[in-house]
Amino acid sequence: MSALLDLQNVSVAIGSAHLLDGVSLRLERGQTLGLVGESGSGKSLTAMAAMGLLPLIGGRVSAGTVRFDGQDLASLTDAQRRALRGRRIGFVTQNPMTALDPVQRIGAQIDVVSRLHLGLTKHAARARTLDLLTQLRIPEAAAVAEAWPHQLSGGMKQRIVIAMALAGDPELIVADEPTTALDVTVQAQIIQILAGLVREKGVALLLITHDMGVVAQICDRVAVLYAGRLAEEGPVAPIFAAPQHPYTAALINCIPQEGMARGTLRGIPGAVPSARQYPSGCRFHPRCVKATAECATHIPPLTQRGDGQAACLHLPEIAP
Amino acid sequence: MTAPMLQIEALTKRFQTGGGFLKRPRAMLAVRDVSLAIAKGEVVGVVGESGCGKSTLARLVLRLLEPSSGRVILDGTDLTSLGPSALRAARKRMAMVFQDPYSSLDPRFSVADVLTEPFTVQRRPLPPGQIAEMLTAVGLPPEMASSHPHQLSGGQRQRVGIARALALRPEFVVLDEPTASLDVSIQAQIIDLLAGLRDQMGLTYLFISHDLGLVRYFCDRIVVMYLGAVVEILPTADAQPRHPYTRALIDSGFTPDPTRRRAIAPLSGEIPSPFDLPPGCAFAGRCPHATDRCRTERPVLDATMHPTACFHPL
Ligand SMILES: Nc1ncnc2c1ncn2[C@@H]1O[C@H](COP(=O)(O)OP(=O)(O)OP(=O)(O)O)[C@@H](O)[C@H]1O
Ligand SMILES: Nc1ncnc2c1ncn2[C@@H]1O[C@H](COP(=O)(O)OP(=O)(O)OP(=O)(O)O)[C@@H](O)[C@H]1O
Ligand code: SF4
Ligand code: SF4
Ligand SMILES: [Mg+2]
Ligand SMILES: [Mg+2]
Repeated sequence: MSALLDLQNVSVAIGSAHLLDGVSLRLERGQTLGLVGESGSGKSLTAMAAMGLLPLIGGRVSAGTVRFDGQDLASLTDAQRRALRGRRIGFVTQNPMTALDPVQRIGAQIDVVSRLHLGLTKHAARARTLDLLTQLRIPEAAAVAEAWPHQLSGGMKQRIVIAMALAGDPELIVADEPTTALDVTVQAQIIQILAGLVREKGVALLLITHDMGVVAQICDRVAVLYAGRLAEEGPVAPIFAAPQHPYTAALINCIPQEGMARGTLRGIPGAVPSARQYPSGCRFHPRCVKATAECATHIPPLTQRGDGQAACLHLPEIAP
Repeated sequence: MTAPMLQIEALTKRFQTGGGFLKRPRAMLAVRDVSLAIAKGEVVGVVGESGCGKSTLARLVLRLLEPSSGRVILDGTDLTSLGPSALRAARKRMAMVFQDPYSSLDPRFSVADVLTEPFTVQRRPLPPGQIAEMLTAVGLPPEMASSHPHQLSGGQRQRVGIARALALRPEFVVLDEPTASLDVSIQAQIIDLLAGLRDQMGLTYLFISHDLGLVRYFCDRIVVMYLGAVVEILPTADAQPRHPYTRALIDSGFTPDPTRRRAIAPLSGEIPSPFDLPPGCAFAGRCPHATDRCRTERPVLDATMHPTACFHPL
């Protein structure tokens, strides 16, 4: 079966800066792919590439292909790409305030998506909007539809943005850190809503998060990015049981877990390099506990591991 | 427990807002009747969601903010009654690390300037070699003294913030979400550093966070706040919660283990406005155990080893 979203060897550049280097990902319908990595590792750029949105920030796919439902995004006209977003791809941004128009009522902002993309009448669009708000467990949907964005709490606003992303009945939802700005109890609510959409409607979810806990709980596969390259990608269970890449292992060990003794939490020494100063060889080598001299000079190739892949010169001997 | 180093007694802070032309001023209690004793060497955590009053409590404790009522007593001295010069002397013993390493350092200052400032404020001479020593203590190279904040990463900035807080060798440090804006990888480094410094310098911490998992990892005792009030004090980091809100906070965390997947039953209902609190328990609108009594009567902390403010504790 062909994947709904398929990135093959995608490199991304903005001006003369080479920001992503050979990223490959696949996402099937009804599945959730988590995209993780420290700040600056290239998660948002990967999402922008997947949605064909790079031109908006002056960027371009400099090598490789991005396919949506078998179609190469590069072969589409601008108008066709625009039609894809909203209709077949819904986007949930990190900050709900940037996605909402402060001087338009909530209902009107959601209505416009289904009127534009599904050709619904004003009436039918509003009915759909109220239905979506109810599905997202927003109490008193009719009253909320008449409200202004500033009258709603952060968690409520994020649910409105999700409703907008769903209004065109998309097959793929791209959510870029959808809960980072929210309180923990509200975060749990939003993540459950997204997971429910995958389960019940069979949409595909590309979920960018910095929370390995969220990945462990709701994702089918995970892709770990470091400094613009894919470190490891594969099904969630084996990766948490036996991470192949030292960076993946290090990220998992950063989370305080129940019953962990004080002093046993391990961070990752150093910091993510900036895109202009990527280290030679394996870009993780200055911070890696397993690094050898070879790591500073050789770029590790992506190697098949079980049902996934990892890019490290010193992969564990036996595949799990 | 030995005699407390710091005693917080019935602290309350009332904020008034609005009140312009044709607008009625509105008042709210950002911190409501909070009492707490902290022993020397203890690490006490404070958790709660955004707006529950954590930072206000931190500023009240250091008297960076005047309380509406209540007292803060440091080793027998009532800080709330001190005049400016006595307060300055007392402040040497206390310090604060701020939430946001990006805005808490003045961009025009070099790292050396930032670390010299506490000595200037206290009108004390800067001991020779002090800057290099301070930087080394927080794991930064001494050459970084001439750098400016924009040249540093978030984690490096927060290390500078910690070095500044420890400059005058305080005994008591308030850490207000010191890792909230950092990657988890860097958060773990900073927590390690704080733990090491505590052991070396015999520090006492009040550690504020919205991350209960982190607080349970780092703290000896945990104060849980909801809408300005303390709802529970966990006597140990691994104590089972008695308050339904604490339970909900724990249940909202995602365990990083795919073999232990579980359905999270999210809280329903919205957080009430602090300007318009319900008459009974502030959590009643979201609590799965709420009864009529909860909606009319306000629960107070019980006087047990595991204080909880709930009519139907778990
Ligand atoms: N418009 C741009 N111009 C130049 N460099 C950029 C631009 N956008 C991003 N970058 C750089 O590309 C790299 C990857 O950025 P990206 O935003 O994808 O990171 P991210 O993983 O989403 O990080 P975060 O977790 O902070 O959102 C970073 O080094 C960033 O500085
Ligand atoms: N100077 C002020 N004037 C008026 N209201 C204030 C002031 N400072 C804080 N508040 C209000 O007091 C309440 C508590 O704020 P506080 O900053 O203490 O919360 P917090 O728990 O630290 O939140 P966060 O997790 O977002 O940092 C909030 O409702 C806030 O809006
Ligand atoms: S290639 Fe070397 S430096 Fe890179 S992750 Fe593997 S062991 Fe570490
Ligand atoms: S007092 Fe009632 S409403 Fe409040 S937390 Fe306890 S059971 Fe819930
Ligand atoms: Mg991003
Ligand atoms: Mg705060």
